[in-house]
Order: sequence, then C-alpha cells, then structure tokens
Amino acid sequence: MNRVTLRIDGTPLQVDAGTSVAAAVAYVRSGPRRSCSGQPRAPFCGMGVCFECRVRIDGVAQQRACLAVVREGMEVVTDA
Amino acid sequence: MLERRHYEVLVVGAGPGGLAAACIAATYGKRVGLVDMQPLPGGQVWRHDVAYGAPRAARRAIARAAAGVELLTGAQVVDAERGTLRLERGGDAFDAGHDALILATGARELLLPFPGWTLPGVSGAGGLQALAKQGLPVAGKRVLVAGSGPLLLAAAATLRKHGAQLLGIVEQAPRAQVMRFARGLWRWPARAAQALQLQAQLAGVPRFDGHCVVAAHGRDALEGVELEDADGLRRRIDCDLLGVGFGLLPNVELAALLGCALEPHGAHQRVRVDAWQRSSVDGVYAVGEACGIGGLRSAWLEGVIAAHVACGQPQRAQALLRRRDRARRFAAALAQAFALQPRVRRLAEPDTLICRCEDVPLAALDGYTDARAAKLATRCGMGACQGRICGAVLAELGRFPRGGGRPPLFPARLATLAALSESFESPGVQP
Repeated sequence: MNRVTLRIDGTPLQVDAGTSVAAAVAYVRSGPRRSCSGQPRAPFCGMGVCFECRVRIDGVAQQRACLAVVREGMEVVTDA
Repeated sequence: MLERRHYEVLVVGAGPGGLAAACIAATYGKRVGLVDMQPLPGGQVWRHDVAYGAPRAARRAIARAAAGVELLTGAQVVDAERGTLRLERGGDAFDAGHDALILATGARELLLPFPGWTLPGVSGAGGLQALAKQGLPVAGKRVLVAGSGPLLLAAAATLRKHGAQLLGIVEQAPRAQVMRFARGLWRWPARAAQALQLQAQLAGVPRFDGHCVVAAHGRDALEGVELEDADGLRRRIDCDLLGVGFGLLPNVELAALLGCALEPHGAHQRVRVDAWQRSSVDGVYAVGEACGIGGLRSAWLEGVIAAHVACGQPQRAQALLRRRDRARRFAAALAQAFALQPRVRRLAEPDTLICRCEDVPLAALDGYTDARAAKLATRCGMGACQGRICGAVLAELGRFPRGGGRPPLFPARLATLAALSESFESPGVQP
C-alpha cells in the first residue's frame, strides 16, 4: 500500500494513503485538543458531525480531521 | 458572484439511497449531481475501509454512479433556498441550482451522556467503526462496544477484523427481548443470514445483554468503564477504547431549512414524505434514514422510487412500493426490539457535560423548557456542532427539542458567508 508522509505538531509521520487525519493523529502523542474549559478531547462521532476532532490543516483552522484525508507534506496542528 | 452550476436532478448524500437515486436519474439522460461531505461516496454503511476497501455492492453502485453522475464529494451544503444549494468544497464555494432535489442525508448516531463520555478513547459505536475504517490504529487495543441495536454487532465485527481485542458487546435491551427478536428473524431470511454471518464473525466475544455502561474512568484518556447489569450490580472493566451508541436519528437540518414538513420520530424528527417519497415542498424528495431509520434496503429502494418519480415516470416505481414497505416493517420491528430502557436516559450526573462544545453540565440546564432560553443563558448548543449532539441528547432526555436551525447549516468560511448575503436572499436575523 502507498504510504504518505505528513507532519503532526511538527513530528513527521508515515501512514497508509487514504488514512484520515483523525486516524493519523492517533499515532502521535501530542494533543489531544483541549475543550473550552481545558478538558482533553479526541475524535468522537467519526463522521463529521460533532467537531471534536477539529485541527488546523496547512494553516486553515477548524478542519474536521475525520473528513480530511492525509496528503503528502500536509502540516497538521492538533491544538490550535 | 459565485460560480453557478445547474443540475436537472441534484442528490444530497452519497449513501445507498443517494447512490440509487443518482444512478436511476442518470438513466433518464439527466444531468445529475451527487453531493456528500465525506471525501468518498458510500455514506456510513458503505464507508470505504482504508485496509479492506468497500463492500462489493457499494463498489458496484459507486462505479455506476461515477460513470453517469457528477460526484461532488468533500462538498458541504452550507445554505439552501428554493432551487439552489450553496456548497463549500475545498477552499471554494459555489451554487448548485436544480430542477429536482433528492435528500438522502442519512442519519447520525444517538450519543447519550454518562459520566466520563467526553474522555479521549470514548466515541460513538458507529463512530469507532468509522474511525477504524479511516485507519485509526485499533490492533491489540482492548475494546468494548456498547449501547443498543444491531449497529453494535457490525461495529464490533469491523473492529475485530482490524485486530482489536473485543472485551464484549454491551446491549441495553433485555436478553429476553433480544432473543424474541432473533427467533422472529426467520420471517426475514436475508436478515437472518446477515445476523448469522455476524454471529460467526463475533464468535467468542462476551455478550452483556441488559447491561449498560454507566461511567468511563481515566485521567487524560479512557482507562476503564463501569458496567451495570439489569439488577443494578456493577463491575469494572479495564479497556483502551469504548464505542458507545444508542441507535440512529435522522439528519433533517437541510430539509427543515428548505421548509419541508417534519414529523416526530421517537424523541426526534424525520422528513414527512408520501408513498412516492415526495416531501411537502414541490420538487423536493427525501429517501432513506432522513425519513425515519429504515436501514440500507429501504434507503436503496426509496432512492430508486424517488428518482423515477422525479424524472416523471412514477409507474416504474410502482412495483417497488411493496418491497419498500416490507423493508420499513422490518425496521419497525427492529426499533421495537431495541427500544431504549428508561435508565439509559438517566446516566448523566448533574456535573456531566451535555453540550460538549461549550462544556455545559446537566445541572446548568435545570429549569429551562426551551432551547433558546437555555442557549442564551448557558451557551448550550452554540458551539461548532450547532447543537447536533446536545440537541439530540436533550430531546431524548425529555428536556426540550433542539432549537430551530438557520444558515449556515455547518460552520462556513467568511468568504462563503459574504457571497451568501450578496446573491442569496438575506437569511435575516432569526431567533
């Protein structure tokens, strides 16, 4: 299977092509996102409804990681 | 001005119902657009699996659609008015005009609150299945699947295939009720075969019927759960992941924005349609889960019916109506067998968060009887999910129904909103 290299919070990571950003984030120790009162949160609904998985992708904030597929060279920031 | 495209038939939702509708409409030589916010077609039940691909029926339908239909995946509907949807795709926005609109917007999971449900490691049951298919590493993880309904079995089977160590399937419905339903399955041979196949895939997985996960524990992530049996006896099970969902509820936000009449569906709502899948708005059809949870088969049949009717050939749909009704009857029997026990609505403690976006606990919502008042005072429902999660929770808990929706249907970019006020009628200020 093809592999794709991206960076999550600055850490390079290689995953299978087609993997979602939400799934890729689970491979790294950084994050998770903090809620408005500072609680740790992780992907919850898996289908683009709950927005718990939101991350910054290539400079664009508030992207649902479960709807985004990894791309070569992608820069993901988990708690921005 | 935004780019404007026009489709003779526009379908929203690329699950089985939407794919069926789009494929049939294309056979009439129509220009057909098929919109979905997911990156690939298939919807939830036919979601592509990074490791295993999609089921054969899904691959066939998707290949057929790809040949005759304009696939607009990764596109989010942010606003709608008569004859036009505004879509955001990648960094762009455009308007999709249409003569006929077929809503196949599907369902989402009913996710109910309990102490610890916001911990990383806790997700929906279908949610965890979707994440595993997206490539979430679950191999070797200790996983518990809980909640209610046959989706738990499908989710568990997927997780096992991906190498998870399944500690159990926790079904809230009493064992006797589940068994009675299973004994009646002979009347639905295709369903019985499917159930047997799932049983085989799940051989050896402990079953906790009549049980409920009442709490999840952990500091920064899930470490274990508290399981309660029908007699109230509790035990702790250590685990890494918990997928918990209590069934499905229709996605009706777009239909509501278009002015389609809704009707009650348990504590939630569904789009009201006639036998030909016509909504109360001329030229707008609804199929599948949006019209009430019915499953894959009824969604597919309804997609075919709606497309024939939308293309002016209702007589070609006639023969399918009875099959559709039969599929719907199975769904009704299923809903009855897995009806929620009152205790699953009482799991949240006063300090359990209800609105996960704005971190509003249950106690803060005491005394409110409508969504608007609660929102103004507590910010409940004002976060990024726009009340999709907490609104369903509060309706299910018998507090108050979710407040009326307004555009944008999903959080949108400023540029999209600016263009919206330019060419659309102003959405105005609504309560």
